[in-house]
Amino acid sequence: MAIPTYAGPLERAWYYIFRIFCVAVFIFLIAPILVIVPLSFNAEPYFSFTQGMLTLDPGAYSLRWYEEFLTSDRWLDSIKNSVIIAFFSTILSAALGTLAALGLSRSELPFKGVIMGLLISPMIVPLIIAAAGMFFFYSSLGISQSYVGLILAHTALGTPFVVITVTATLSNFDHTLIKAGASLGATPTYTFFKVTMPLIMTGVISGALFAMMTSFDEVIVAIFIAGVEQRTIPLQMWSGIREQISPTILAVATILITFSVIMLTTVEILRRRSDRIRGIS
Amino acid sequence: MSISVEASGDLAPEEQKRLKADLSRSLRRNKIRASLLVAPLVIFIIVTFVAPIGNMLWRSVDNPLVRDFMPQTTLALESWDEQELPDEAIYAALAQDIIEGRKAKTIGKAAKRLNYEKGGMRSLVMGTARKHKKIEAPYKESLIKIKKGWGDIENWRVIKRLGSSFTASYYIAAFDMETSPEGDVSFVDEKEQIYLKLFWRTVWMSLLITAMTVLLGYPVSYLLASMPLKTANVLMILVLLPFWTSLLVRTSSWIAMLQAQGILNDLLVWLGIIADEARVQMIYNAIGTVVAMTHILLPFMILPLYSVMKTVPPSYLRAARSLGATPWTAFWQVYLPQTVPGISAGAILVFILSIGYYITPALVGGQSGQFIGNLIAYHMQGSLNWGLAAALGVMLLVLVLGIYGVYNRIVGVNNVKLG
Repeated sequence: MAIPTYAGPLERAWYYIFRIFCVAVFIFLIAPILVIVPLSFNAEPYFSFTQGMLTLDPGAYSLRWYEEFLTSDRWLDSIKNSVIIAFFSTILSAALGTLAALGLSRSELPFKGVIMGLLISPMIVPLIIAAAGMFFFYSSLGISQSYVGLILAHTALGTPFVVITVTATLSNFDHTLIKAGASLGATPTYTFFKVTMPLIMTGVISGALFAMMTSFDEVIVAIFIAGVEQRTIPLQMWSGIREQISPTILAVATILITFSVIMLTTVEILRRRSDRIRGIS
Repeated sequence: MSISVEASGDLAPEEQKRLKADLSRSLRRNKIRASLLVAPLVIFIIVTFVAPIGNMLWRSVDNPLVRDFMPQTTLALESWDEQELPDEAIYAALAQDIIEGRKAKTIGKAAKRLNYEKGGMRSLVMGTARKHKKIEAPYKESLIKIKKGWGDIENWRVIKRLGSSFTASYYIAAFDMETSPEGDVSFVDEKEQIYLKLFWRTVWMSLLITAMTVLLGYPVSYLLASMPLKTANVLMILVLLPFWTSLLVRTSSWIAMLQAQGILNDLLVWLGIIADEARVQMIYNAIGTVVAMTHILLPFMILPLYSVMKTVPPSYLRAARSLGATPWTAFWQVYLPQTVPGISAGAILVFILSIGYYITPALVGGQSGQFIGNLIAYHMQGSLNWGLAAALGVMLLVLVLGIYGVYNRIVGVNNVKLG
């Protein structure tokens, strides 16, 4: 958006105010995330910049919080738990969500609106309500305080993302391709794996990544139904922030930020690939 | 399958019939196939997600303790007219329940439930149970002699009320109301209201957060939408990175930013805007909640706004200007109306997400920044009054689903976009 040549002085002033405002909002968005990174190398147990850090004194920086993170059994256990739970719930949500999206994209499906609403509901219902309900219900089934309970809960929370992304990919799907496959003598299964699957794969993967992030970042349900054995990273952070606030949290946060940069890049690459395949750009 | 399709009018009646049957069979088969694909997830969501919420709904009205642990009294009281003290038969039933309940060690649970409703009921029941040896016929006289409370008609009314299988008492409490001894329901004194106040505060603060995200998100989305795609994609990273960053990371970074010894205060002191002794308390209060949640929810506003603004042709604005409109008129009358769907989609999304928040208010909200979600968690884990927690949860759920219904009308679930 360039400033038009016919703009008067007032409009010019307004234009610069607008720009400055936008820059300020961008700083607001990104600053809290960026300050975490240098703070995590703080040699002192503080949440703020020390004099030494500001004068770039190498002695004021250290890796002690990373060391603490990587040598603490509680944190290491939490990584293991998060990975296990995220892994299984992602696979389950990707499989169930993709199947459902395939059904939802067929025009013959009855009660489509109701079904879509039901499948999206885990995204809409406040997590605290879902968590409270799961606490009662899963306890009565005997699966609270177990990996199974947490995996099932996280799967339920992750499926809406898969359903949405795969349905979106399928909305541009050319159904004559399936007929073409059939007319060339392919079985439906063969057509599915050779024709449909490669085309919707980007949707499935980005949906699965969303589901994985959901599980990886989920804390409310974990507070209610995870036992001591199932402490996840977010749960460990939650109690860390509430109990003794130590910069180890910031070291973990920095690692998680790196992780989200990787995720963001992957999803972006996938999106471009999918646009290219479908000939949008 | 051999269907001979000639000119349709020439088909023999039985051919037509067969054709119709084939068509409907094939349609039905497709319907079943589509349903079978959706079925696993539908069943999964019902079992793992809807059933727990249904269970909570049930819990918010379920009232088993008095009915189960004082069964004979409950039964006997059914025919009592509440006008004067019950007769001997009802006292006898009560004596039976107390004696049997004491043996089975269940009477305490019923007593605790009665005490939620009226203070002193617990000691009345338990005190009687302790002196069970003195209970003898005629029971009416004997019980009143042991505990005077049995001669008080109020206590009997409470037992009768709680003896029913379902109760509205949790909802009455959740609406900050109380039941008078005569059974009339009215609001408690305004100073003692907790839940309604908190509901209002939650709604009010969510509206404020939504307004903040519109205020901050609209100009930025406009900037992004009017830029060349390449530049916009780069700047979009600044929006998407927070979006992909863990909620707890963002919340803890706001603690680092806003606390008294935090970065913002340090900066203000360094710039000489405030004195070192007069650091501003920006966290562990409502400000902390609003700032952190605005930051966390801002991408949910920018993304839908941006996608709507992308579809508004820039030539419309130029056309308006060339027809003599001032920049303000052009914006207000031409551009803004076309972006209203984006604003409403983003605003409702942010509002729905915000109203159910729990983690961020709990960590940075202090006392004044708590949401209704925090109180639900408190009753779940702290006070263990699960019925009340369930009732509050159901109220919040109804609120959210109501707004979601509006959202669905405006945007449609199918148009939810991610990333």
